[in-house]
Amino acid sequence: MKKLWKGNEAIAEAAIAAGCRYFFGYPITPQNEIPEYMSWRLNEVGGSFVQAESEVSAINMVYGAAGAGGRAMTSSSSPGISLKQEGISYLAGAMVPCVIINMMRSGPGLGGIQPSQGDYFQATKGGGHGDYHCIVYAPASIQEFVDITYKAFDTADRYRVPVMLIGDGMLGQMMEPAEIPPMKNINRLPKKDWAVDCNNGGTQRLINSIKIDANELEEHNIHLAQIYEEIAKKETEVETYLCDDAEYIFVAYGSVARICKASIDELRKEGIKAGLIRPITLYPYPTKTIAKYAKKRIVKKFVTVELSMGQMVEDVRLAVNGKKPVEFYGRAGGNVMMPGDLVKYIKEGK
Amino acid sequence: MIVQKKPQLLTDTPLHYCPGCTHGIVHRLVAESIEELGMCDNAIGVMPVGCAVFGYNYFKCDMLQAAHGRAPSVSTGVKRVHPDALVFSYQGDGDCSSIGMCETVHAAARGENFTIIFINNGIYGMTGGQMAPTTMEGVKATTCIYGRDPKINGNPIHVAEMLATLTGPCYIERVACDNPAHVNAAKKAIKKAFELQIAKKGFTFIEVLASCPSNYHLTPLDAQKFVTERAIPFYPLGVIKDTTKEEK
Amino acid sequence: MKKITISGFGGQGVLSLGKFISYSAMFQNLNTSWLPSYGPEMRGGTSNCSVIYSEEPIAAPVIDHPDYLLAFNDPSLAKFEDSVRPGGTILINSDIVTTDVKRKDVTVYKIPVDTIAQEINPKGGNIIMLGILLELFGDLKEEFAIQAIEHVFENKPKVIPINIECLKKGREYIKNLKK
Repeated sequence: MKKLWKGNEAIAEAAIAAGCRYFFGYPITPQNEIPEYMSWRLNEVGGSFVQAESEVSAINMVYGAAGAGGRAMTSSSSPGISLKQEGISYLAGAMVPCVIINMMRSGPGLGGIQPSQGDYFQATKGGGHGDYHCIVYAPASIQEFVDITYKAFDTADRYRVPVMLIGDGMLGQMMEPAEIPPMKNINRLPKKDWAVDCNNGGTQRLINSIKIDANELEEHNIHLAQIYEEIAKKETEVETYLCDDAEYIFVAYGSVARICKASIDELRKEGIKAGLIRPITLYPYPTKTIAKYAKKRIVKKFVTVELSMGQMVEDVRLAVNGKKPVEFYGRAGGNVMMPGDLVKYIKEGK
Repeated sequence: MIVQKKPQLLTDTPLHYCPGCTHGIVHRLVAESIEELGMCDNAIGVMPVGCAVFGYNYFKCDMLQAAHGRAPSVSTGVKRVHPDALVFSYQGDGDCSSIGMCETVHAAARGENFTIIFINNGIYGMTGGQMAPTTMEGVKATTCIYGRDPKINGNPIHVAEMLATLTGPCYIERVACDNPAHVNAAKKAIKKAFELQIAKKGFTFIEVLASCPSNYHLTPLDAQKFVTERAIPFYPLGVIKDTTKEEK
Repeated sequence: MKKITISGFGGQGVLSLGKFISYSAMFQNLNTSWLPSYGPEMRGGTSNCSVIYSEEPIAAPVIDHPDYLLAFNDPSLAKFEDSVRPGGTILINSDIVTTDVKRKDVTVYKIPVDTIAQEINPKGGNIIMLGILLELFGDLKEEFAIQAIEHVFENKPKVIPINIECLKKGREYIKNLKK
């Protein structure tokens, strides 16, 4: 049944439906509804919630709980996600699957609390130290946030990688009707033959990211790279909207993609053929889809739209590879562009 | 008659620790205690960053290797998933009382039901003898080459006493391994902490005054003497908190 | 599709009025979104929300040119008056707002919602406004607004009847005004 859900609370309930029983968090605006919801809801379903002393501690509790085989999650917003980066690197290194939510706010530093997409680089290009990636999803609606949170735990377990979902304050705070998928039976989840659970009949299980021997570590790096390659093949997700006859193609993700859609509808009313490529996964990036449209003669240019001073635009340029102009439209500091702004931008730049 | 044998829980991997280092003794005491409590198949260890970083090579039980200082948080997460397992984190003074002090204090304050084995040798061993939070006044380290001067380097921390001011911990004791009597007392303390954890009494903390011959530039024997003559007078041994006694 | 901006002091029920509209639309099987302002401005200052409902999926949850502006205090009117689309509607809580609307290309209703609510439920000014909106919107059915009230006050069943009364009272008031 559909209910009117606040984004943050819907994410929390979707995680529980997916079998998440361990949540560790620390207060920071604009994601507080996630830990608040988890604090009473996990209690109802026999799980465990800890308000950690810091984001640093919270992500390491995730490392412990997920390393011990539980489905574990943490959530935060930009400055807090920076603090978690050490732990995320360890999770990636030790191949401990988990789900991390970043409801981005504007930065750098303490910045502001209004919507932003300034953590694109951090989320997709590493964030922590070392040679690793998280799978990064950027849902654009509350229903999509729910559906991706729900499957993120399976995806994380399948590849043994941390999965990050990034949204912004807008998606966390807004309400939309959404339906939570059915509650999974946690006893029927696939067994984790690597998790520490004292149940291994004499052979030690070890959660570890230290590999002091160069050859051993290189082998591990290659192994991880192979996993990322497989992820790129199988998990890349992208939506195209009215691209087939489009002369102007917006590239945007998350809530900004929705603003682009509204402006495309306006532009088309005036006979201007605009379309949208919306990456749903930011890592792996839908390079092939963008490259495909870059080759089309009808396409005049790409306009990357972000709540930043220009981060994803670099990946768009790599994908377009010089075949078409790639322009950038951004707002920052927590300001959000309006559909009319983009309509004006396209009309003036024609 | 077997007087002394190697605990089953320890592997045959040769220890990488320096001659005269106390880690080997404490590893044995931890393993023996777990074995005597019949918990070999139900124990999970969390190892630090520091000299004991490879500790997982020596214990046969399931282990996690934590980021520097984060073992109390990792143990918290593990314990939530396996509340009936015996969970211990094994941490040095840099790990537990410098970079990880926040995690240590808050795990203690929450009364998390696991045990920290805190190895206090007053120096950073693995990185080459830098000053630790527990380095005593006047003791030389590579980052205070004329000896720790509180005016310049600040003062050492009595970690066990500090944690004892919190409501959360159930049992805190400081022990040493500088002579056989002290080793026996250390064993008793570690085993008691584990027993209390199994009984779900809450947070337990055993501080072990340890030696570091390599970084103090002492022979193994003189390093033990340093513990006896310098460390113990400054960090007194004994039970610092025991709420189970108060219950009686 | 209707785009509504609601703005006023915290405590005037501005955000919850938006939720009532979204709930009504959802129960009527329409698409809807409710986007609040958040953060420090919530504390004592002016808060606002953007509400959209539509038969089509909703693209942008942000509103640049609302069809309806509901201004519950003077700063709200000052901030949003110019944004209303030409031909749109501005509703003012005339118990609080003292400034006049300068725009000539919009329909303006000045409604003393708190005074109207006073004898039924002093806290029901926003529900009076909901009743007025039902009448003006024309496409949201009263039964779903009642369902929304019943849903929101699920745990406070005592206040449901007085709020339904507010809803009907608001509707009646605007009907009479329009005559």
